[in-house]
Amino acid sequence: MKKIEAIIKPFKLDDLKEALNEMGVQGMTISEVKGFGRQKGHTEIYRGAEYVVDFIPKIKIEIVISADQVERVIETIISSTRTDKIGDGKIFVTPVETVCRIRTGERGQDAI
Amino acid sequence: MKKILLIAALLAVPTIACAADAVPPTITSNADAIGVVQTNLDYVWTLVAAALVFFMQAGFAMVETGFTRAKNAVNIMMKNLMDFGMGSLFFWAIGFGLMFGTTTTGWYGTNGFFLSDFTLGSDPWVLAFWMFQCVFAATAATIVSGAMAERTKFTSYLIYSAALCAFIYPVFGSWAWGSLFHGNGWLEGMGFIDFAGSTVVHSIGGWAALAGAIVLGPRIGKYGKNGEVKAIPGHNLPMAALGVFILWLGWFGFNPGSTTAGNTDIAMIFVNTNLAACAGCVAGMITSWVIFKKPDIGMSLNGALAGLVGITAGCANVSPNSSIIIGLIAGVLVVLSVIIIDRMHIDDPVGAVSVHGVCGAWGTLAAGLFNIDGMTAKIITTQLIGIGAAFIWSFGVAFILFKVIKATVGLRVSAEEEIEGLDYGEHGSHAYAEFQTK
Repeated sequence: MKKIEAIIKPFKLDDLKEALNEMGVQGMTISEVKGFGRQKGHTEIYRGAEYVVDFIPKIKIEIVISADQVERVIETIISSTRTDKIGDGKIFVTPVETVCRIRTGERGQDAI
Repeated sequence: MKKILLIAALLAVPTIACAADAVPPTITSNADAIGVVQTNLDYVWTLVAAALVFFMQAGFAMVETGFTRAKNAVNIMMKNLMDFGMGSLFFWAIGFGLMFGTTTTGWYGTNGFFLSDFTLGSDPWVLAFWMFQCVFAATAATIVSGAMAERTKFTSYLIYSAALCAFIYPVFGSWAWGSLFHGNGWLEGMGFIDFAGSTVVHSIGGWAALAGAIVLGPRIGKYGKNGEVKAIPGHNLPMAALGVFILWLGWFGFNPGSTTAGNTDIAMIFVNTNLAACAGCVAGMITSWVIFKKPDIGMSLNGALAGLVGITAGCANVSPNSSIIIGLIAGVLVVLSVIIIDRMHIDDPVGAVSVHGVCGAWGTLAAGLFNIDGMTAKIITTQLIGIGAAFIWSFGVAFILFKVIKATVGLRVSAEEEIEGLDYGEHGSHAYAEFQTK
């Protein structure tokens, strides 16, 4: 089992959710996050004074899937969120030791 | 039973009408009746206008909280509520008498305290007039709140707002407006033009705000180590915009209501007020667009208020064409003034000093420059004397007042409280309890 964390542009969330649903991903967790990468922040003006917004608002999506789905999920995330502009985000894949469904106590692949 | 009574009452109506017809109207009785209608209209218009000006309190509260941070919103609501509540009581007890009581010197009134001009059964005009003047006093008081936002001790603000409504505002008011009731001020004796209060209300509030902002010092984080100006963005610009729309609406009571009479003069005053506000926000937008490369919302909103403050003195004695010029210049002035005051390291989060102090002075001068019956050197001199007197009186007395408060009860909250937010520190609560604020 693998966990996929993707940082994406907030307005791409709906597209991504639909694409993942279509390919059979059954659940996901999202959070509103802020951060920056190589693109850094951007400047805004307030009453004549410029200021730098260091942390840009992003959405983080977390899903846990079986190992054989990883490549397809990555492809889906890229195809549904890419804008070809800086700040499109990143995808992180990590191994997951176990999963437990709280209601039934099921473990592993069955609990996804 | 009720139905029978109703029918009996209806049948009685023609009889009563016949009885009234028994005395035919005369020219005198008609003239009296027309006079009564006019008097009633004067009452209605003055009090409707007072209600519109009262609503400006809501406008000021929204502008101030929109332009500042979420962690101070409760404090700002309390200040705006209390400068009206406390301010009105002090204006009732002391201010009204100082402003409109009889005077031999022309410098302050001496009677009419605690609304003692009204006794049961006497002419209630003093009540309508008091109500209209009371909301004006509160407007002057609430201007200062914005310039001192996010760092002033709440008790100190209460002391200040009582002092402004009881003393600072009424004494100057008596110089310029005393004769509207029982007074007779030295400044109006010279022919000073300030129809609705560019100087009397707005500059007095604006210069007191300047004194407050200077004595207080800037908010933590407003200026960097090398003196660079930093932005502290307001937490709700739509709220600030709503506040400006409310103030604009309120101004239709502020200026046309200052006739305190229901007559045809109010049409031109209405049009002048509106045109100046429109010109002000357009000029504010263009100026900010040229300087910052973007049409700035804060400056455009300030521009609308600048146009309104600018036309307040001359709204009854300049032409609609002139009101556009007055508004345009006010809209440019306010943007430049905000930038300059910021660079002088005077931290005024909402631009109160620029809008009310600077544009109030401009409006007072403009009322002379664009006078519909012609401009003379004497008029301009008198206007300049009024502008100068307002600055010396309001800035001077407020500066001393704030220094005294600073030395006694303290004017500013602790650095920890300022960082944590005044909502929690001063009032033990939060404006947006379910949201994280910073």
